[in-house]
Amino acid sequence: MKILVCISKTPDTTSKIAFKENNTKFDEASVQWIINPYDEWYSLVRAIELKEKDASITITLVHVGGADSDPIIRKALALGGDEAVRINAQSDDTYFVAAQIAEVAKQGNYDLIFTGKETIDYNASAIGGMVAELLDLPYISLATKFELNSTTAVVTREIEGGEEVDEVALPAVVSCQKGVAEQRIPNMRGIMAARTKPLKVVEPTPIEALTKIVSYELPPAKAGVKMVPATDMAELVRLLHEEARVI
Amino acid sequence: MSVLIFVDQAEGQIRKASLEALSYGVALAKQIGTTANAVVLGNLAKNAADLGSYGVSKVYHGESDTFNTMDAQAYTNAIMEAVQKSNAEVIVFSHNQTGRAVAPRIAAKLKAGLVAGAVALPDTSNGFAVRKSVFSGKAFANVAITSPVKVITVNPNSFRIAETGSETAQVEKLDATADNAKVKAATVNKVQGEVPLTEAEIVVSGGRGMKGPENWGILEDLAHSLHAALACSRPVADAHWRPHHEHVGQTGIQVSPNLYIAVGISGAIQHLAGVNRSKVMVVINKDAEAPFFKAADYGVVGDLFEIVPKLTEEIKKLKGV
Ligand SMILES: Cc1cc2nc3c(=O)[nH]c(=O)nc-3n(C[C@H](O)[C@H](O)[C@H](O)COP(=O)(O)OP(=O)(O)OC[C@H]3O[C@@H](n4cnc5c(N)ncnc54)[C@H](O)[C@@H]3O)c2cc1C
Ligand SMILES: Nc1ncnc2c1ncn2[C@@H]1O[C@H](COP(=O)(O)O)[C@@H](O)[C@H]1O
Repeated sequence: MKILVCISKTPDTTSKIAFKENNTKFDEASVQWIINPYDEWYSLVRAIELKEKDASITITLVHVGGADSDPIIRKALALGGDEAVRINAQSDDTYFVAAQIAEVAKQGNYDLIFTGKETIDYNASAIGGMVAELLDLPYISLATKFELNSTTAVVTREIEGGEEVDEVALPAVVSCQKGVAEQRIPNMRGIMAARTKPLKVVEPTPIEALTKIVSYELPPAKAGVKMVPATDMAELVRLLHEEARVI
Repeated sequence: MSVLIFVDQAEGQIRKASLEALSYGVALAKQIGTTANAVVLGNLAKNAADLGSYGVSKVYHGESDTFNTMDAQAYTNAIMEAVQKSNAEVIVFSHNQTGRAVAPRIAAKLKAGLVAGAVALPDTSNGFAVRKSVFSGKAFANVAITSPVKVITVNPNSFRIAETGSETAQVEKLDATADNAKVKAATVNKVQGEVPLTEAEIVVSGGRGMKGPENWGILEDLAHSLHAALACSRPVADAHWRPHHEHVGQTGIQVSPNLYIAVGISGAIQHLAGVNRSKVMVVINKDAEAPFFKAADYGVVGDLFEIVPKLTEEIKKLKGV
């Protein structure tokens, strides 16, 4: 069994978000990059757990990004990926990224493709669905539990107003969120082993991006908090009703 | 050329988030001078033609009960039939669970640029740029779609539902069914009788300051008085004081209600990442230095166990109950 895990890179949540060049570019100057938490904590760890139960499973990581992503790919290898493919291209267009991943997936004949629920920077929640469509595979979105049978997977996923347990024949694409697995920390052995695991860099297939970020904006600064005395909840209710008009 | 809006249903009912997407699509069609049509799959409790009251001319209806469970591939085929029949140029979804599963497939199939999580109507004065929230609510991006066909998912609580009249829409049946769905749904558990967190206009949320699960009654009363959904911080879910589906934040659910009331939550940056798209935030905390006050619109310093019941009482007075 072969599992492909999509890994994306995002600014650490505590990074200060700023823009440059007249608000047309994200300012990466003081940004600490991390593996997108949904990829690291849930989909990657679940793949590793499956491999721990069945040693014949191989885990390939795929990432679309520049050479500055290599440290986060090495970290994912240290956690337990077997090998990685980096498609050497930078893009914030979902279709471009999904099409690159689909190209890699076509060459590898994977039984299972995992993505995270969404990236915490662009929050599209879309790569998994696009990859599935480009490969004509079923897609189980927003999984909260994932189990393998021999040729099928049993997946609990979030639907409108509840949960559903699905059975799907493999190959399939699954997007993972909280519940699927628990966060792990790489150990020394993993970090050492990661140094020699294969990280292949491939050039992108020519694909046209279909969207382009034209500008960014920071939300207007809050006017500042209005304090209400703890003894005067009538005043708070009045403010929420008459001033903020939210109740 | 037209705008097509996918309107999803759960147990026959059309959800609020879908009606918001519907109104967004109708407003967009008016803005670019074209007609708006809707596509609905599965059995509806009311008449599909009634969607005309929101301003759509036609409703494409896939009536087969096989659509009552959502299979992303089967939905895609049916929506594609409606796209072709209506010659749609812009396809609009809600950025809800179904929209997240299906919109990317439609976009890939049509080679259409996708903006997921739009918070405003596109700016069509020079091209087609859609505003969306990025960096988990810390900024906005204006994203130009450059392909001829375009797909947008609309963030819940970003657009007002507007009924435009009492017209009925023309209903056209779709041929598609989900008979060959590759995904078999075994069990479905609906969260009963609660306001879904992502759709709620008001969210009442508790943190570690609540001290223990046995104290949640006062938050339930507050939520009840406001017809609000309940949420919690991550340590609260991790300690099993509350179910995981109530956990909001960077690693939980992202919400964007009109009003978020944070009770006994310190306001860590990872928590704020899930809630700072809320329009108005009220913070109740005994520590005047809690970081949450910096993000709040209204703050109350004091003991939540005294404050919350009084707040509930005042809300009941306002509502006359
Ligand atoms: C990578 C990462 C991801 C994370 N993701 C999330 C996430 O998605 N969501 C999330 O919530 N957290 C997340 N966290 C955890 C986050 O950093 C905080 O630890 C957490 O939000 C704190 O929860 P809390 O505010 O409930 O508890 P605390 O920080 O302990 O705050 C409790 C607050 O209650 C107040 N209080 C106590 N008693 C009373 C009283 N009687 N009356 C009034 N106020 C009182 C205290 O003054 C205090 O401010 C994440 C952390 C990391 C490192
Ligand atoms: N550049 C990328 N390279 C590899 N995988 C990605 C990339 N961007 C997104 N993904 C995957 O797609 C998921 C959803 O991302 P998004 O649709 O951008 O919110 C992420 O959690 C990753 O698993």
